[in-house]
Amino acid sequence: MEPKTLFDKIWDAHVVKRVEGGPNVLYIDRHFIHEVTSPVAFLGLKNRGRKVLRPEQTVATPDHNVPTVNQHLSIKDELSRNQVETLKRNCEEHGIVYHGLGTEGHGVVHIIGPEMGITQPGMTIVCGDSHTSTHGAFGAIAFGIGTSEVEMVLASQCIMQPKPKKMRITVNGELGKGVTAKDIALYIISQISTSGGTGHFVEFAGSAIESLTMEGRMTLCNMSIECGARGGMIAPDETTFNYVKGRKYAPQGADWDKALAYWKTLKSDEGAVFDTEYTFDAANIEPMITYGTNPGMGMGVSQTIPTGDGLTGTDKISFEKSLQYMGYRGGEKMLGKPVDYVFVGSCTNGRIEDFRAFANFVKGRKKADNVTAWIVPGSKAVEKQIIAEGLVEILNEAGFELRQPGCSACLAMNDDKIPEGKYSVSTSNRNFEGRQGPGARTLLASPLTAAAAAVTGKITDPREFL
Amino acid sequence: MAYDKFTKLISPAVPLPIENIDTDQIIPARFLKAVERKGFGDNLFRDWRYDKSNQPIAGFALNKPQYSGKILIAGKNFGSGSSREHAAWAIYDYGFRVVVSSFFADIFKGNALNNGLLPVVVSPEYLEKLFAAIEADPQTLFEVDLENQKFTLTTTGESVGFEINPYKKHCLLNGLDDIDYLISIKDEIEAFEKK
Ligand code: SF4
Repeated sequence: MEPKTLFDKIWDAHVVKRVEGGPNVLYIDRHFIHEVTSPVAFLGLKNRGRKVLRPEQTVATPDHNVPTVNQHLSIKDELSRNQVETLKRNCEEHGIVYHGLGTEGHGVVHIIGPEMGITQPGMTIVCGDSHTSTHGAFGAIAFGIGTSEVEMVLASQCIMQPKPKKMRITVNGELGKGVTAKDIALYIISQISTSGGTGHFVEFAGSAIESLTMEGRMTLCNMSIECGARGGMIAPDETTFNYVKGRKYAPQGADWDKALAYWKTLKSDEGAVFDTEYTFDAANIEPMITYGTNPGMGMGVSQTIPTGDGLTGTDKISFEKSLQYMGYRGGEKMLGKPVDYVFVGSCTNGRIEDFRAFANFVKGRKKADNVTAWIVPGSKAVEKQIIAEGLVEILNEAGFELRQPGCSACLAMNDDKIPEGKYSVSTSNRNFEGRQGPGARTLLASPLTAAAAAVTGKITDPREFL
Repeated sequence: MAYDKFTKLISPAVPLPIENIDTDQIIPARFLKAVERKGFGDNLFRDWRYDKSNQPIAGFALNKPQYSGKILIAGKNFGSGSSREHAAWAIYDYGFRVVVSSFFADIFKGNALNNGLLPVVVSPEYLEKLFAAIEADPQTLFEVDLENQKFTLTTTGESVGFEINPYKKHCLLNGLDDIDYLISIKDEIEAFEKK
């Protein structure tokens, strides 16, 4: 048999049909929905007089638009409230499990899926949100879809997609002190650019990847789309199986054994061919920070901002426009630059491990007076664990307050907006102009680098404190 | 959302000789909080069409009385930016059925085809001719023949062919979208589930 990649194995097992002169009909195992991209899809379904084909394979939660304080009160913004209520109504009507605000299972879609064991190796998983790639950390094919496709999955549990090309990114070696999965992600994107992965599905491999925890793997796969790829994935191993085992929706007993036997076959065969390959050395990766307005504009925190010399034409114009927006100049150091806001959260870095790292760092220190910090757990379960582990006391003592779960300042659709011109060190995934609020200036970094900024009030190398 | 069948269209066109028109210009992000798919046409090119006090901006093509029709002709790299499908909805809802340009952003093109809007790619030189023809006479008629994949400037009779994926062509000709297709193969999907 011809050697196959991990991606091929899962994709091919889900092709219902290959359409003549068209795309593949791909079967979808799990579908996550939220309040922003699903209402129009439900409406389309209604107009056709259809029901949801497999409601038990769909899971809903409101996250994009929700406030992160006083969640027990009615949502003030009328449009947001309407979207949340519409989602709830649609779920009731179609028999879909809905994890509402304040309940056990509430949180950012990409956090609650893995947490409850809904996300499993070998699955196809979609959601009307580009960071669905997060679930690839379990050795699943997971990617974001448009609203028409949300309707397709609701109606038929399938979507139509051409098969993407395959890329492998191998990171070997040991990560240095203070270097996290977020830094690997930002490093890779800075090396291959925000379009380097276009048309591809990425498999991450190598010893540095294997050494990551599930949380770290999720952070990395989450960011895979920021290099233009359709998604990213990591072959499941003992780390994966241990994480999934015993979770609410994980297979139990004999089903578990059967699933496990299958999951163990999920890896790229020796000699499998990738369309594109990259290899990096973990030893070259520093704690990273972005200085511009796309996630590819990142650098080691101790480096200097590139000058853009050698760029020409529209590349040069957009580079300069980007630095101008940020209020930076080429050749400057990032270290020591002032910071106004710190945001810890999002589906990139809103898991328990991220808050542990942050809390351990700020323990016995104090939040800088010039910094406003938003500490937003990715889910209710994360929030509970933060409290149970006593992290909340550490945070409070250092001058930080814990908010309630949601997407928050990741895309600033709710009230958590960074004011115009202010600098925000953010553990989220996109530093586009205005992403965190009109005129906001975003610096993407790991929770450690965010913690260092939060206690010093300026860009700081977290390794100085470790 | 099912849409009208598309076979042949003869219509004047609205010219937008601007390059890199991105999805934020087509439909600004603040209109994404809607829960219904209606009224997006009203907000098509919102910030180009209306000023801050919601008065129409006279100089913008959609506000000029001499231009009308179901064809939008735009400069290269049309539809770049975010993947929001609302961009295609807004153009369709406004009444356009065809967008002509010398280059489309990938995701926009897919979204357009999924929503009954035909993207026609022509050469940069031919695109210039189209703009010139409209400038000479805003009522110039264009013919879009999907069956034969032909676009014609009727005043001179000059035709060019255009590409379209055979499956998508079938869908457009029959007013079917992917959802109709998927529903039509429900038995195959259920058989797959039992495997
Ligand atoms: S946290 Fe940010 S990236 Fe993640 S789902 Fe929410 S808005 Fe999208």
